Amino acid sequence: MFDLDLWREIFQSINKNRTRSLLSGFTVAFAILLFTILFGIANGLQNTFKEAFGTDAVNSIVIYPGMTTKANKGLQAGRRIQFKNEERDFIKEEFGDKVQFITSKVNITVNASYKGKKNSYGLRAIHPEYMFIENNAVKEGRYINQNDIDNKSKVVVIGKVIDDDLFSKTNAVGKYINLSGISYKVVGIFTDDEGYNEENVIYMPLSTAQQVYGKHEEIDFLHLTYNPEMSSDAALLFGNTITKKLKERFSVASSDQRAIRVQNMAQGTKQIDIMTSGLTVIILVIGFGTLIAGIVGVSNIMIFIVKERTKEIGIRKALGASPKSIVSIILIESILITAIAGYVGLLLGVGVLELAGPSLKEYFIKDPGVSNSLVIGATITLISAGAIAGYLPAVKASRIKPIVALRND
Amino acid sequence: MLEIRQLHKSYPIGDSSLHVLKGIDLSVEEGEMVAIMGSSGSGKSTLLNIIGMLDEADEGEYILDGLAIKNLTEKKAAVYRNKFLGFIFQSFNLINYKNALENVALPLYYQGMKRKERQELAMFHLEKVGLANWAQHLPKELSGGQNQRVAIARALAANPKLLLADEPTGALDTQTSHEIMAFIQQLNDEGKTILMVTHEEDIANMCKRIVRLRDGVIIEDTKVTQVRAEQYV
Repeated sequence: MFDLDLWREIFQSINKNRTRSLLSGFTVAFAILLFTILFGIANGLQNTFKEAFGTDAVNSIVIYPGMTTKANKGLQAGRRIQFKNEERDFIKEEFGDKVQFITSKVNITVNASYKGKKNSYGLRAIHPEYMFIENNAVKEGRYINQNDIDNKSKVVVIGKVIDDDLFSKTNAVGKYINLSGISYKVVGIFTDDEGYNEENVIYMPLSTAQQVYGKHEEIDFLHLTYNPEMSSDAALLFGNTITKKLKERFSVASSDQRAIRVQNMAQGTKQIDIMTSGLTVIILVIGFGTLIAGIVGVSNIMIFIVKERTKEIGIRKALGASPKSIVSIILIESILITAIAGYVGLLLGVGVLELAGPSLKEYFIKDPGVSNSLVIGATITLISAGAIAGYLPAVKASRIKPIVALRND
Repeated sequence: MLEIRQLHKSYPIGDSSLHVLKGIDLSVEEGEMVAIMGSSGSGKSTLLNIIGMLDEADEGEYILDGLAIKNLTEKKAAVYRNKFLGFIFQSFNLINYKNALENVALPLYYQGMKRKERQELAMFHLEKVGLANWAQHLPKELSGGQNQRVAIARALAANPKLLLADEPTGALDTQTSHEIMAFIQQLNDEGKTILMVTHEEDIANMCKRIVRLRDGVIIEDTKVTQVRAEQYV
């Protein structure tokens, strides 16, 4: 029950003994400050690791066909494996929900020109899903869509770099670009976080490219992302299963490493996961260490406070204070000091991270910060820490005998 | 009002024990004003502590207002102290960060009285000891005599059956001592039962009865003619 008088008593006691309260709060504030900064730095390091792997979907798998090195099922070694459109449908059908996005890809180099300006660029013939796999953003116009695929439209989407190169003076969207003698309408301009190399590319509907370049149903490779809810171990297993199914489909020996190759980002993700969890463990150990030091500090000061207030507690007991009321006074005071000081530490820590964040980039710490869940967790931890810190001193206080406390000395 | 039979108390000192009270028999009627005298070590303070339920006897009976005081839990002792007893100490024992009014209101707080009510009642008692104008002052801003009067107001606040005073004038000069004694006598005149420990003969003579202790036994218990303190004020 909320007892206004009890709180009045506690606030009066804290207020009338400001130095003492500040002193005990300082330990906790400092512990939480350290913890927050450490946690933020760890987060920053993690962000750096993640960024090192680019902004491509971290859950991507690329499947390349190659040449067989082993004879199998009466077929010779040295046979070239060729993927076709049906391989994409096969994977979609076979694995269903496990596949998030999948695109077939054909890579060609083309000479592009517009009104006298010329250059050679990489051309990627793709499905619309590629946008999510490559993490492209549309700057102007639109991306390749399913209509383009169905109608084999002669349209392209160009990277920002090409827009700058060839269309520096006009708006590229709606213009016609000449690629190796054929005109295509530019329907959009895209950007990519990875910069120049990824923005120096032209995208074309897969079906259009297959028709124009006489590839029929053929594709160069498959690029997919797996369901992001999969753990990295499950994703590695998934990659292996795809390889196995495709090897069966193309009658390739299961020990043949060259015929079908899979590049699975889960490999890297797994390593990051291991590194990250290692870092988290270290941070938690250090964090809990500082927090425990803080608790011990508060507990110490509370014991001192109880000693200092022995006489007062004796007076209160002589006047009719029950042991329970003495326990609640000390305990709530401890919780209050710990919680307030902890919050001050937390705010200071967040402030330090905000201020120092930008200048830490060169030390491989990117966007250090703490999450809301950490703040909520910290609140609960602080209240229990205050309770733990205050419990022993409070019980000690409640056992004070008024006769000892009131002795005239 | 108060009935004590064959009360024994000893304190352990190292391996041996010190027998402080060796069978005390004492009976106090309502409206009495009793001085307990004795040199230091005679057991007078121990007796007062036991009567005040701050300490417990090893043996013997203690009946307060028809209620046997024995094997009390801490909680129960706290309730009884609050309800039946008012304490006045030599060193006042006010809480130093609370002002006079808050100090007087503290026993009422532990009775669970509402804030407004207890402040009114505390103010009434402060007026009674003549310190209404000092209600918002802290103990350190008051003189010794004023502090003792705040302490008396606090002892009276919960309207106890018995006032216990442990050397109430021990820390005061003669003039102030007499003022305080005059006030305590006035309380007794109004019907309050008062039990006082002192080692000053003249203060004891301002009570109505003197009980002398030596080495843990009562050696003398006489009614005296009360010397009124007003005449010295």
